[in-house]
Amino acid sequence: GRVKEMNTYAWPTVFGGAGGESERTRADIISTVEFNYSGDLLATGDKGGRVVIFQREQENKSRPHSRGEYNVYSTFQSHEPEFDYLKSLEIEEKINKIRWLPQQNAAHFLLSTNDKTIKLWKISERDKRAEGYNLKDEDGRLRDPFRITALRVPILKPMDLMVEASPRRIFANAHTYHINSISVNSDHETYLSADDLRINLWHLEITDRSFNIVDIKPANMEELTEVITAAEFHPHQCNVFVYSSSKGTIRLCDMRSSALCDRHSKFFEEPEDPSSRSFFSEIISSISDVKFSHSGRYMMTRDYLSVKVWDLNMESRPVETHQVHEYLRSKLCSLYENDCIFDKFECCWNGSDSAIMTGSYNNFFRMFDRDTRRDVTLEASRESSKPRASLKPRKVCTGGKRKKDEISVDSLDFNKKILHTAWHPADNVIAVAATNNLYIFQDKIN
Amino acid sequence: MSQKQEEENPAEETGEEKQDTQEKEGLLPERAEEAKLKAKYPSLGQKPGGSDFLMKRLQKGVWGIVSYPLSLDVLLCVDEIEGDYNMAKAKMKNKQLPSAGPDKNLVTGDHIPTPQDLPQRKSSLVTSKLAGGQVE
Repeated sequence: GRVKEMNTYAWPTVFGGAGGESERTRADIISTVEFNYSGDLLATGDKGGRVVIFQREQENKSRPHSRGEYNVYSTFQSHEPEFDYLKSLEIEEKINKIRWLPQQNAAHFLLSTNDKTIKLWKISERDKRAEGYNLKDEDGRLRDPFRITALRVPILKPMDLMVEASPRRIFANAHTYHINSISVNSDHETYLSADDLRINLWHLEITDRSFNIVDIKPANMEELTEVITAAEFHPHQCNVFVYSSSKGTIRLCDMRSSALCDRHSKFFEEPEDPSSRSFFSEIISSISDVKFSHSGRYMMTRDYLSVKVWDLNMESRPVETHQVHEYLRSKLCSLYENDCIFDKFECCWNGSDSAIMTGSYNNFFRMFDRDTRRDVTLEASRESSKPRASLKPRKVCTGGKRKKDEISVDSLDFNKKILHTAWHPADNVIAVAATNNLYIFQDKIN
Repeated sequence: MSQKQEEENPAEETGEEKQDTQEKEGLLPERAEEAKLKAKYPSLGQKPGGSDFLMKRLQKGVWGIVSYPLSLDVLLCVDEIEGDYNMAKAKMKNKQLPSAGPDKNLVTGDHIPTPQDLPQRKSSLVTSKLAGGQVE
């Protein structure tokens, strides 16, 4: 639906530890959030390698104001920490990305990846149990065949719903560098995985082989000038994908043109004013996320300070640039020192592509309405999330005089970063990951 | 007369300098930040996008400090070494036949330590707090 009033988000559902700094363990930090194609399921991955899936309650006709809340549906350990003995490096179990497969039967499938290994998980429900077996007792012990004097037909009895997750495929050993993206193709048979220097194409059924479709590793590593930061398949054209770089460029590739897509079909780059170049220019131009619009006509890129919308038909410059937190431009020195300048923010579209959302610091997140050109800053925090009240828009004060309710740039908490956000594919429901807490906001009934 | 001029000139100069700095900060806040950074770290290179910088990033996987002191040479020939390593591992597997007798018969020194013998890092057995249900 359209974003009618952007500051009508309310009804927060909050998941996660309630304690202060001391209770928060590193493993609980949410590292990815993703709705499935229908929006009924929401998956999160964390630094501890765990996946938690939430399911939306069916809207109850007898309770018309029930908002279709999300409750925990399943949780499982997707990845374990490993050790790469050759490089003396620990392979983190942190889930970098989760991508759902379109639903084809009663079960749900998702791909989850850490730095090195992608896994296909099947999540299925079991609500019936067979009872009355002939050869074994109810507790599973085998019956003595000579004692069986009559045959019976086992019957199915209802049982408490059990949701099981099982790994169906493990796609390993294809990436020398750290995987930053996975993307399911619109053909529903293949998917791509991208690391810093290479992109591989996989078939969902085949785990022992993958095709390398992009390789930007130079023959001499001293000549390395840029790395791949994100990659995504086009939502409708199964032969097209894009990948972004640390230099702020995006390359669109067509797999029909050649097996190895080292030569792009389109090259997107915004011209830079050479007089404004600084030490930080390249770092802040590095694209941390790229997302196609649902329509497939546009793509959106996130760099450190802004979100840009590109028309796929125009490579010379973006059609829209939205400032996320321009006030940080005069703080780049300290942001470089505390490494925040390297934070990788994601971005997302709403279902109708009329609005976009991305995170910032101090648990703030930003929404931009592309039609009305209005934008709003909201906060994901327990203090500001009263059950029925709308989220109050926030404002950061940059100048000298700070108005009441404004927060000054120097008071921002740079440890409270919202890197991961997700928007329901059809409704105005958003999921915001604030470190170890997950906030789900819904649009108020108008 | 000359005294008056002297008095005037310093004020003029200060005025110009002030305008310059303001201009710099107003139009190019990045440049002012860059100057700040270079003042703190004079040995900082001209631009950060060099291959050293990027290679550190490849090692760690994310931007940030490299935690393990690996030499760059090792990193560069990783592809070749990996092949050799797999060969050596395969050889070791062949060597280690399942022993018939109890372990205490093995003489210390005959036993070749393998990565599997190293203490494993504890896996995350604790359920995520997200799965604990809605907080409010």
